[in-house]
Amino acid sequence: MKIKKFLYSQKVAPYVFVLPFILSFALFWIYPLCSTIMMSFQDVGPAGAEWVGLKNFSKLLKDTVFHTAIKNSMQYMLWTLVLLIPFPMAFAVLMDSRLVKAKGVWKAFLYLPALTSVVISGTLFRLMFSEYKTGQMNVIMAALGFGTFKWLKVKATGLMALLIVCCWRWTGVNMLYFLSGLKAIDGALYESAEIDGANAWQKFRYITIPLLKPTTIYVLTISVYAGLSMFMESYMLWAGPDSPNNIGLTIVGYLYKRGITKNQLGYGSAVGLVLLVMALIINIVQLVLNGTFKKEER
Amino acid sequence: MTKTQSSENKKVGMHAKNTVLSILATGWFALLSCIIVFPLLCGLLASFHPGKDLIRKGLSLNLDMSTMTLDNYIYLFSGNADSQKYFMWFKNSLFLTFVSVVLTLAFCYIIAYGLTMYEYPLKNFLFFLVIVTMMVPFEILMLPLYKEMITLKLIDTTAGVVLPGICGASTIFFFRQYMTGLPKELLDAGRIDGATEYGICFKIMLPITKPAFAAMSILCAMGAWNNILWPMLVYRDANKFTLPIGLNTLLTPYGNNYDVLIAGSMFGIIPVFAVFLCFQSYFIDGMTAGAVKG
Repeated sequence: MKIKKFLYSQKVAPYVFVLPFILSFALFWIYPLCSTIMMSFQDVGPAGAEWVGLKNFSKLLKDTVFHTAIKNSMQYMLWTLVLLIPFPMAFAVLMDSRLVKAKGVWKAFLYLPALTSVVISGTLFRLMFSEYKTGQMNVIMAALGFGTFKWLKVKATGLMALLIVCCWRWTGVNMLYFLSGLKAIDGALYESAEIDGANAWQKFRYITIPLLKPTTIYVLTISVYAGLSMFMESYMLWAGPDSPNNIGLTIVGYLYKRGITKNQLGYGSAVGLVLLVMALIINIVQLVLNGTFKKEER
Repeated sequence: MTKTQSSENKKVGMHAKNTVLSILATGWFALLSCIIVFPLLCGLLASFHPGKDLIRKGLSLNLDMSTMTLDNYIYLFSGNADSQKYFMWFKNSLFLTFVSVVLTLAFCYIIAYGLTMYEYPLKNFLFFLVIVTMMVPFEILMLPLYKEMITLKLIDTTAGVVLPGICGASTIFFFRQYMTGLPKELLDAGRIDGATEYGICFKIMLPITKPAFAAMSILCAMGAWNNILWPMLVYRDANKFTLPIGLNTLLTPYGNNYDVLIAGSMFGIIPVFAVFLCFQSYFIDGMTAGAVKG
């Protein structure tokens, strides 16, 4: 009876409600995070773990395959920022204007790729990027007067293939993010700007961009994370974690190859930690530059 | 020409200009939609052609009506070994999706409730922890979690696939955002009527949180239905594979199952598209919830 009364009191109830989160946080976040940090200083074999100090990290410094993976992931991430922020933002502004008719239809179409699993879209694109001249991308190239490409065997076209998949999948989603950001902007601002004689570009530059900043920062943050930790897209395009000359190898791909395929949990963990540190640094720098931590802005 | 006439002419001119612009803008989105639909259309058309063509020729827009057959789909539904395997994956995916949606919503709802409806010392700290979990990409925790699942003997079980994702930060975040807009006076009213804290949570607040449930259930279901990386690591028994894992096993250069792959891929999209068409606005609400307030 006493226990029941205790559990039903207004002071204790909230803790009962959040208990699942605390458990899940401890078991599936803090524990694995600590365990991966520990493993990165160990050699984890079937017999047990052996402390090796910084050996995994010093090995990573000299590991040229890992350098390729970092370069690929960084390149991919930077390109996604270039392609998946300004364009979706422009599309959203256009979509928000009174000019576009049948908005619901276009929004639905643009959202479709986000519904298809990476397996299905990856398979379709893998087959479209076939090196035969009958593959769709080579058909398009032929129509434009180019020859056939071995898309998935050369670095530049391989990266292009990844970016095309990425743009196909996320342009619509990012556009919807920006659209919901635009909805939050007070329409009266545009009206008073119009009275002051502002043209369309000035309204975009001095009202839309500054007021869209929270949305832009959100999209930027998730894009940095998603770009750096991209793996399944490359896994699907090359039908596995291996690609010729590692042109499609990403950091997570390397983590997968070392940790899962080769079962080197220690070395894989070190790869993961480098990724985590990179992602955190880039995002913190980005957030500080954007003034997110300044208090007066809120 | 009088002044009024000239301004009228200008108005007509503006109107014509707007019509042209409107056609251009709408046309632009129509073009964009065509580009987006194109790969799916290629896939759909290819599913009516022999699967062998996919390896021999790659995928391209094949409008050749004369060679179209329903053979792939007949094969897919024929009930033979391949067909049975496909529908086993399908069933496994449905089961996994159902289990993870029900558990995720149940847990995220009560957690968000605890993080919104009460005032207590640890409240803000706990919410901060929810946000912090979003700062680490899942891919980094994949290795240690995999090892943990082996230790906990949860490898190759549905529990192992579902449990780590049950308290998803974004789902908690969405529920919390929705609930902050609900009147807290309801809690006191419920207490006066003699309801317990848990009674208030499940009998009074839950019904008025329904719209949030709708948005989140759809988003979670889509995530679970399409998820591959983590299920692929946890499931080892081929009888437990979900649809994405199963389809992925067919994508080998030496495979002769491209008929099932292409028809099965197209058929596997149908449930998600159907749900999307019925509940479109919920998708967008749920997805963009975090973006405005960040």
